[in-house]
Amino acid sequence: MEQFTGKVWVLGDDIDTDIIIPTEYLALKTIEEMKQYGFSPLRPHLASQIQKGDMIVAGKNFGCGSSREQAPEVIKALGIRCIIAKSFARIFFRNSINNGLLLLEQEKLRDDIREGQEITVAVNSHISYNGREYPLASLPKNLMEIINAGGLVKAMRARNGLTG
Amino acid sequence: MGMTIAEKIIALAAGVPEVKAGDIHTVNLDRMMSNDGTTHLTVDMYRSKLKNPRIADPKKMVFIVDHNVPSDSPKTAAAQKKMRDFAKENGIDFWEGEGVCHQVMMEKYVCPGELIFGADSHTCTYGALGAFGTGVGCTDLLYGMVTGTSWVLVPETIKFNLTGKLCRGVYPRDLMLTIIGAISASGASYQVMEFCGDGVRTLSVDDRMVLCNLAVEAGAKTAIFEADDIALKWLNDRGRKPKAVFKSDEDAVYVREYTFDLSKIQPVAARPDFVDDVVPAKEVCGVPIDEAFLGSCNNGRIEDLRVGASIVKGRRISERVRFLVVPASRQVYCQALEEGLIDIFMESGAIVMNPNCSVCWGSCQGVIGEHEVLISTGTRNFKGRAGHPSSKVYLGSAATVAASAVKGEICTADML
Repeated sequence: MEQFTGKVWVLGDDIDTDIIIPTEYLALKTIEEMKQYGFSPLRPHLASQIQKGDMIVAGKNFGCGSSREQAPEVIKALGIRCIIAKSFARIFFRNSINNGLLLLEQEKLRDDIREGQEITVAVNSHISYNGREYPLASLPKNLMEIINAGGLVKAMRARNGLTG
Repeated sequence: MGMTIAEKIIALAAGVPEVKAGDIHTVNLDRMMSNDGTTHLTVDMYRSKLKNPRIADPKKMVFIVDHNVPSDSPKTAAAQKKMRDFAKENGIDFWEGEGVCHQVMMEKYVCPGELIFGADSHTCTYGALGAFGTGVGCTDLLYGMVTGTSWVLVPETIKFNLTGKLCRGVYPRDLMLTIIGAISASGASYQVMEFCGDGVRTLSVDDRMVLCNLAVEAGAKTAIFEADDIALKWLNDRGRKPKAVFKSDEDAVYVREYTFDLSKIQPVAARPDFVDDVVPAKEVCGVPIDEAFLGSCNNGRIEDLRVGASIVKGRRISERVRFLVVPASRQVYCQALEEGLIDIFMESGAIVMNPNCSVCWGSCQGVIGEHEVLISTGTRNFKGRAGHPSSKVYLGSAATVAASAVKGEICTADML
């Protein structure tokens, strides 16, 4: 089973896609140029503080709003290993899976944890924090295949479905 | 077991006799729409990430430039050129300056019973004609474009019984904001909002579009009405025929039910920075504004312009306010011209612009500055959505927006 440990950044409910990457930066040519503005309306310094392997823990309805796929791409480019939230908005959920960004739903962790703490995630099993275990549901097999391949396009190539 | 309208559409697209909520099915997509928000990304992936790709059926594709039209920088011009050239090379229908994508799709393409993916979150608008439209990202759009198919998780359906009739001075926008305020911004997550009951008979197709369009602001996968005689006449007037006309079965399974009495709905406003922070409009009256916006895929149709024009007629827009009027499409614009509405707006001091997404998506013209306040008929009021992160957006009906533009502060039409 896949397992990893990292530090968490804690955010609230209804983190929308305009917070994740504001419209004015969508015209930038690359995700690398955009990523410094990630979360800037809410926390202007967060993007520069995130280190590779960190995780985000948030409340309900993470990723609500527009269908801009730059949102999960920016989060992935910032080095975020996975997002753990009480719930996710559906377009963001699909876009994240399609870009190989792991999303995990967990109802209780957000209320117990403080920013900067370390957690260990055992995918499809549980999260360990402060001596407690927080259960995780298993992701459907077809979605795990897409995530593990690094996104839908790579999964399609791996399955050779789109190369003919 | 009975099925809902949404389930019947998915079953038809999946080629199976029956589906139920929670099933995952591969479906044939009837149509796909992509706009200039992300089409250039889809084109880039198509060209660079796939070997010898082909488009499954160009006739199913529609590309619409509406987010930055006309282009506002060399960067957007380059992205749009990529989109325009790709459409031409591949025989894809391409519209530019024709209107906001969902309005154009409704005017020219959407048919009852179709399953449609759009690379834009407000694709749920198409439920007004009994179609299943849902928003996806550019990678899902690419997959659909190349394979003609996609996968869907069959969503649960919530039933919204509408009874009675909206009072004079109260609009479908007030109704939908009230519903979102009641169920919250995630109250319909992953689910379908089905509108039914006697109250729907009082709603035109334009009105139904207002309700369906904002469903994503409650987290819904889509929203849907039965394609009744009102919808079928609307479709027939535009020379189109349904793919299939479905009703929900009497024993269809709903996850929840709500009833809203239309006669009890009052003018409301959503306060910054959440669409579900909905209060009676009276509670925010008096808030000084810098800009007012009448337009968008939610509220830029002819009925909305008529309401706005009736309020500003013979009056002057407040000197401290920029009032942007943006018809949702060329058709709407032309009709507004014919009816003399544009003259009324121009004489009042409004700025009338070409059909586009405008300040609703925080780009193009009309973006607001530091600490400025906007009252808007747009779709969202997220933090920084319309410009500077410190700016504020209130959402209200066309009537509230027009009245506020005249007064220079938020007010309802009856207070002028």
